[in-house]
Amino acid sequence: MAIDIMLESEHDAIGEINKYDFRTDAKAVFKARKGLDREIVAQISEMKNEPGWMRDFRLKALEIFEAKPMPKWGGNIELDFQDIYYYLKPTNKQGRTWDDVPEEIKETFEKLGIPEAERKYLAGVKAQFESEVVYGSLKEDLVKKGVIFTDTDTAVREHADLLRQYFGTVIPPGDNKFAALNSAVWSGGSFIYVPKGVKIEFPLQAYFRINEENMGQFERTLIIVDEGAHVHYVEGCTAPMYSSESLHSAVVEVIVKRNGRCRYTTIQNWANNIYNLVTKRAFAYQDAVMEWVDGNLGSQLTMKYPAVYMLEPGARGEILSIAFAGKGQHQDAGAKLVHAASNTTGQIISKSISKNGGRSSYRGLAKVERGARNAKCNVVCDALILDPASRSDTYPYIEIAEQDVSIGHEASVSRIGEEQLFYLMSRGLTEAEASTMIVNGFIEPLVKELPMEYAVELNRLIQLQMEGSVG
Amino acid sequence: MTDTLEIRDLHVEIEGRPILRGVNLTIRRGETHALMGPNGSGKSTLGLVIMGHPNYEVTAGEILLNGENILEMEADERARAGIFYAFQRPIAIPGVKLADFLRHATTNVRNPQRKEGEELIPMREFRAELKEKMSQLRMDPDFARRYVNDGFSGGEMKRAEILQLAMLQPKFAILDETDSGLDADAVRLASQSIAEIGGERMGLLIITHHDKLLEHNPPQFTHVILGGRIVETGGPELAAELHTKGYDRVRRDHPEASELNDRNNEVEQPQLAET
Repeated sequence: MAIDIMLESEHDAIGEINKYDFRTDAKAVFKARKGLDREIVAQISEMKNEPGWMRDFRLKALEIFEAKPMPKWGGNIELDFQDIYYYLKPTNKQGRTWDDVPEEIKETFEKLGIPEAERKYLAGVKAQFESEVVYGSLKEDLVKKGVIFTDTDTAVREHADLLRQYFGTVIPPGDNKFAALNSAVWSGGSFIYVPKGVKIEFPLQAYFRINEENMGQFERTLIIVDEGAHVHYVEGCTAPMYSSESLHSAVVEVIVKRNGRCRYTTIQNWANNIYNLVTKRAFAYQDAVMEWVDGNLGSQLTMKYPAVYMLEPGARGEILSIAFAGKGQHQDAGAKLVHAASNTTGQIISKSISKNGGRSSYRGLAKVERGARNAKCNVVCDALILDPASRSDTYPYIEIAEQDVSIGHEASVSRIGEEQLFYLMSRGLTEAEASTMIVNGFIEPLVKELPMEYAVELNRLIQLQMEGSVG
Repeated sequence: MTDTLEIRDLHVEIEGRPILRGVNLTIRRGETHALMGPNGSGKSTLGLVIMGHPNYEVTAGEILLNGENILEMEADERARAGIFYAFQRPIAIPGVKLADFLRHATTNVRNPQRKEGEELIPMREFRAELKEKMSQLRMDPDFARRYVNDGFSGGEMKRAEILQLAMLQPKFAILDETDSGLDADAVRLASQSIAEIGGERMGLLIITHHDKLLEHNPPQFTHVILGGRIVETGGPELAAELHTKGYDRVRRDHPEASELNDRNNEVEQPQLAET
């Protein structure tokens, strides 16, 4: 468990009910018809009053999407792209205070604890409901220092030059089929710019909520960390349970300039019928540090491999990944490190848990390009399998084009030990409590990297996943 | 009425091999019993079966706690009923802090009716008690932040077991070679600690090869187990005799049990049985 009980804390992760599985009866102000074609894409662009270059970018991306075949690896995707709503506008304006947010939507986020979290420990918040960001705030002192934290749609209008310089440069639409899809129909997401030398002490958080059935959420996030600047960005994602699938397909681009530092933490708990197909990539320049902390719970299928491209000497990339695959779920998660310059260092730590027939796969790439001398790369992936019906696979890809490098790869797969269970049970813990404790211990090395609030949240989510896991 | 743990004609097998062949033993709360025997005699098996290890099959007999048969109870239910087993080789639980584990365990044992998910003992109250117990056992409070038995030295593991015993305050405790792997000073400290944390209020079954652990916990009864059966019961003088002279006399007096014991040792021992 992440909570150090010798410190002053009264958190108890055990004993809540699943607070995410509810549906708000919110009336959208605009809902595009189902399906995907040039007309829908043009309509989205028009609704947003976008400049011509963005409209063209979208239409070009649609062509790429249509031309690209479905990936033949990873998970089994059975999606009818014509049976999805690609754009749903929940409200006409974005709230600056909670009072401005429409009542039903406000209620949703209040149930999810967003305003409370903001008061307690956040430097800024965005809340996205369906396709649009409905609430945003940023602490006054950060605004004065020139920090920009807005939704990406607003940035297209208000920070056009800055956005256009980077948008689609880290992940071009042609990168993969789902990046192309996102590029065509994207809406919402966060745009962050941290000016030179500005170190933001508290995290910025975005919260993504899918409320409607057959809804596609395609947020687009772009983070630019200028020289010597620091930021920690956190996103949380939830959706209620429906009988038919919804799709979440985000693109996240991060640029960390010289000596800059960015940590991007995701804790997502999608309903079990969400396809979660996300492309996340960061460029790290000289002596910059990029860290992805990626917690994947829920969804029907997640395919997500946060990447760090270390483009200049001394850059560092670190990826911590936790995946929990329960009944009917496939977590195809992993990480990519590309060493494209000398003296770059990278680390991947992946922990996956499979139970009740769930399947988790680690899929990772460690690549060292020619000339990236003295690159160091270390990959550790551990899998814990809770019952015989569950499954875990490892697909490590290593490509080395340079002699003078150090690469380490360790993988382990373990089953919950009968002796561990007996030991804990002999001290009065039930079998379920004992299993949960072993699982929490297994992910503890990652959880302790999280700020307290997220650590508590992650432990709580694991607890929910573990409930009823043993007969 | 004094709490009583009664073992009646207990027969136990592991993977079809008999290990215990009719053990009879009655322990009343407040008594200290020493259980001694050569390798392969069934000492640890008896302890693990009383605690409810799932790998052992009880083929006959009963274990009664205050007259109620506990054989159908899971290990956690037995713990909540007041039974404790200090492991000869405690199991590591990486990533789980000793304090977190103990808070959960203590809550469940003190509140046997607790449902999963209900409140734990308040943090402050628990922390104060844990600190007090650790200082009584001359343990560094930082120890509680370490992961359960993960990378502990032999001595640290045994001290952690005694700490758990101190926090859980069971009615009956089986101490399985709590002295093994410890040097003389450490054994003395362990013996003293068991007495200090209220060992005399519990019913103790101390499994040991030596008499040092008994120094501060003098047994009223010493039992000798051989070939899966208790063949002799005596007072503290029997423990002293076995410690100084070994098992030759007992083996001579009980040739049949001695032979069964040797047969037990011929087959490769399963991981959790005697070593």
